[in-house]
Amino acid sequence: MATELAAPGSGSTGPGPAQPATLTTAQAAQARIDQRSFVTRWLLTTPALITIGIFGVLPLVIIVIYSFLKAAPYGGVVWSPSVDAYVSFLFQQDIFSDALTFSPDFLEIYLRSLVFAVGTTAICLLLGFPTAYFMATRPPKQRNWWVLLITIPFWSNLLVRTLAIMFIIRDEGLLNNLLIGLGVIKQPITLLYTNFAIVLGLFYSFLPFMVLPLYASLEKLDFRLVEAGYDLYASRPKVLFRIIIPLARPGIIAGCLLVFIPALGAYVTPLILGGGLHLMIGDLIAQQFGSGRNWPLGAAQALILMSAVLVALFLYVRVSTGKVKHGQR
Amino acid sequence: MRIEGAGKLSRAAKAIDLRSQFGFRTTALVCLFVLYFPILILIVFSFNASDIVAIFSGVSTRWYAHAFINEEFHSAAINTMIIAVTATIGSTIFATLAAVATTRVAPWRGQTAVYMIINLPLMVPEIITAVATLSFFALLGQELGLNFGIGNIVLAHLVFCIPFAYMPIRARLESMDLTLETAAADLYATPVKAFWHVTMPLLMPGISSGAALAFIVSFDDFTITQLVAGPGQTTLPLYIWAMIRRPMTPEINAISTILLSISVLFILVSFGIAQKRK
Amino acid sequence: MKDDAVEDGVELTGLPAVEAKNVTKTFGAGPDAVHALDDVSVTIRQNEFFTLLGPSGCGKTTLLRLIAGFEMPTAGSILLEGQEVAHLPPFKRPVNTVFQSYALFPHLSVADNIGFGLKMLGRKRAEVEAQVTAMLKLVKMEPMRNRKVHQISGGQQQRVALARALAPHPKVLLLDEPLSALDLKLRKEMQIELKRLQHETGITFVFVTHDQEEALTMSDRIAVMSGGKILQIGTANEIYEHPTERFVADFIGETNFIEAEVTQRIGNQGQIRLPSGIAVPRELDHDAPVGGRITLAIRPERIDLVKPGAECHLSGKVENIVYFGTDTHFHIDLDSGGDVTVRVQNRRGHQELLKTGDAVGLRIAPEAMQVLKD
Repeated sequence: MATELAAPGSGSTGPGPAQPATLTTAQAAQARIDQRSFVTRWLLTTPALITIGIFGVLPLVIIVIYSFLKAAPYGGVVWSPSVDAYVSFLFQQDIFSDALTFSPDFLEIYLRSLVFAVGTTAICLLLGFPTAYFMATRPPKQRNWWVLLITIPFWSNLLVRTLAIMFIIRDEGLLNNLLIGLGVIKQPITLLYTNFAIVLGLFYSFLPFMVLPLYASLEKLDFRLVEAGYDLYASRPKVLFRIIIPLARPGIIAGCLLVFIPALGAYVTPLILGGGLHLMIGDLIAQQFGSGRNWPLGAAQALILMSAVLVALFLYVRVSTGKVKHGQR
Repeated sequence: MRIEGAGKLSRAAKAIDLRSQFGFRTTALVCLFVLYFPILILIVFSFNASDIVAIFSGVSTRWYAHAFINEEFHSAAINTMIIAVTATIGSTIFATLAAVATTRVAPWRGQTAVYMIINLPLMVPEIITAVATLSFFALLGQELGLNFGIGNIVLAHLVFCIPFAYMPIRARLESMDLTLETAAADLYATPVKAFWHVTMPLLMPGISSGAALAFIVSFDDFTITQLVAGPGQTTLPLYIWAMIRRPMTPEINAISTILLSISVLFILVSFGIAQKRK
Repeated sequence: MKDDAVEDGVELTGLPAVEAKNVTKTFGAGPDAVHALDDVSVTIRQNEFFTLLGPSGCGKTTLLRLIAGFEMPTAGSILLEGQEVAHLPPFKRPVNTVFQSYALFPHLSVADNIGFGLKMLGRKRAEVEAQVTAMLKLVKMEPMRNRKVHQISGGQQQRVALARALAPHPKVLLLDEPLSALDLKLRKEMQIELKRLQHETGITFVFVTHDQEEALTMSDRIAVMSGGKILQIGTANEIYEHPTERFVADFIGETNFIEAEVTQRIGNQGQIRLPSGIAVPRELDHDAPVGGRITLAIRPERIDLVKPGAECHLSGKVENIVYFGTDTHFHIDLDSGGDVTVRVQNRRGHQELLKTGDAVGLRIAPEAMQVLKD
């Protein structure tokens, strides 16, 4: 079909010797450019990579190793391998008889943290979804202000925000004073240092983490699809559950992940609102590196926490890519 | 007949806002109120004249004055600023270089790995990073005798500041027109000149945004700083924590409010830059 | 090589501004490789307005990019005034480009945009200032000199892009479909502007477009491209009146295609027989053997309608008549099979000389029967 520039001598080269030379010159130049950009690329990323590699990745490797070492008496480790840390996670060794008895203490804390994390995620989702939806349905000019309102708590100091909660719910705090002043109760209710305090603190800390991804997802929602639903005689709840929520799925999953993982490993919240009771994994681990003086145990506990996080991440990847295969819109 | 018609009309008027769902508006407003109420109370009580934290007796700024003459507060503030500024500058530069290398280029081997490493600090719970970093520096100190003093904290902050700076820079870079750099090359600009005269000026909003975010996360950090800091290396968040352990006065509110104000300032700056871009 | 020197019979004076020799460009490798250019050669003269014309994907933009230096050829060489440049990066080539999207620097003013090239070359401030002012005058944008890019209209941006590319006084100016974003009226204006600029500056313009009308009106010479190859190079007249390829005939204007048979041939002269049986003497090229079939391209306006029975080359019946104001199109069903379109100018106003179903004869001057390479 396509005809060649069929002219005599067009297949042959121009000034003979120049042709092969030019072939190599252009290709050589191309190769040089490719090589240079390869080197440049790695050079540019090196500072970031080295910093994170040495001061981010290497420390993680170190605690993996630490979890398999013996504890030193005043903190730190002794460089002799042992699985004491992992054993003592589940078992307690009797001082006299060396017998191992099952100790559920740590497991209880892990389980509690899991329950808290799941609960917090659920509550944040339940309350955060309407909030994000409301924001996404504001007129475009207004929306930025709503986003700013959520962004401020999102980036504000977590310690200060947790403190603020503490001030309100403690025995001499605002809530109790108000209730006593109103005559509802005579004695202050103990809210601080309870499970309730921690869940409240977690919810308060991580609500913005749920709202923002949800908002990002809902903002992109094509509301004509919603209108189409109404046009086809669907009721409001049906439209919500059959159209809106499925379309917001990526945002829901992202939001849940963004709440669950930090909630599971929360440190500040149980520290401030849990008193010295070490109700969650976070401050349990910190204790091993502090007064607990059992670094390998702390490392082992940290690794077990990390495994749970990795499972959550793995599930996230599965769920978000799996649905894509199923032909989502 | 007429009454029926009137009813239909008003129902139609209500149904016009097809987007609204039952109870969502209320929930949203309640949530926002809940988010801000405790903070506002904290701020209000920082102006409490009396010593007792929970009972409001009168407006006064004495606790701010108290804080300002406080030596501990000074040294904590200075430390926090040194760490935050250093970490911000370092992480922004590193993040800019990394963003330029990993964005808008044809896929190259190792790109995913690099991207994963840069974002690693965001995936790991802070407490784990904190104890890991503590162990690392303890090891360095023990075995190699290396201790950078406050530099330890800066290095720890650098690690998690880089991804925060990286994101907005990368986003800005991706939205930039690639043809502009081609045009610059066409007009006799060498790659370095093109980067300096075309890419950098246009990248500035992203870099500023990234720097603001890096500053905020460094300034506000508690968990990692607490575990890594040695004696005499207090930062503002650590100072607040110390104050919790002591008998409390509204001074803690005052300092918390100062902290919040600085965070909010940088948030507004970052937000403003992002808005201007649009 | 089917050189322009041979085609025009005019010798090349001085070095050609641009020369592409057997240029091939392939993207990717293996089965998914894209062969953007396939052994393309072309010579562009100094002070010429040269157009690369073709549909999307024909390789014209790729060729332009190779001349500019944004890509390097997989094989072949690119010469600028005799110098091999294929291995040089774009900032080392005395060539400037006007981009389809203009690519004006948003953070710089109009004046700074225009002066950018000279600044990069390290010229002194005073010189840059003077040249910028001259350029602003040339494209009539003086009052806008301190405006930012987003403050001026599309047509004005186009002119700034032009000025920016002309300011460093390059040896060659490359224009990548620069008028495609403009509305019709502005487009026509800019076409005239561009011709004027080319004449005034004396710079060689290499213009890329898919609009054949644009190519025909503006160019000194046109290269028609398709599928990564140059099919024909020539002046507007040559391309239109004497297309050598079916694609070229089809792409430019309207054409009728008629099959014919070679009945005789001595050297380049031969005889062909039309489907109606009439024999016509025509010049033939080497590839058409006696007994072989060839395709003829005939423009609709070159066919005369005559009374049936009179001396004519083809005959048929009127199938459809379409009135276009300036002329009338007759769709004729040929007796020998197939159909043709005949265009008759309405010189004496609309006259109903023929009706649908009438029998007609078609008379065609032999020179209007263009033999295509098959």
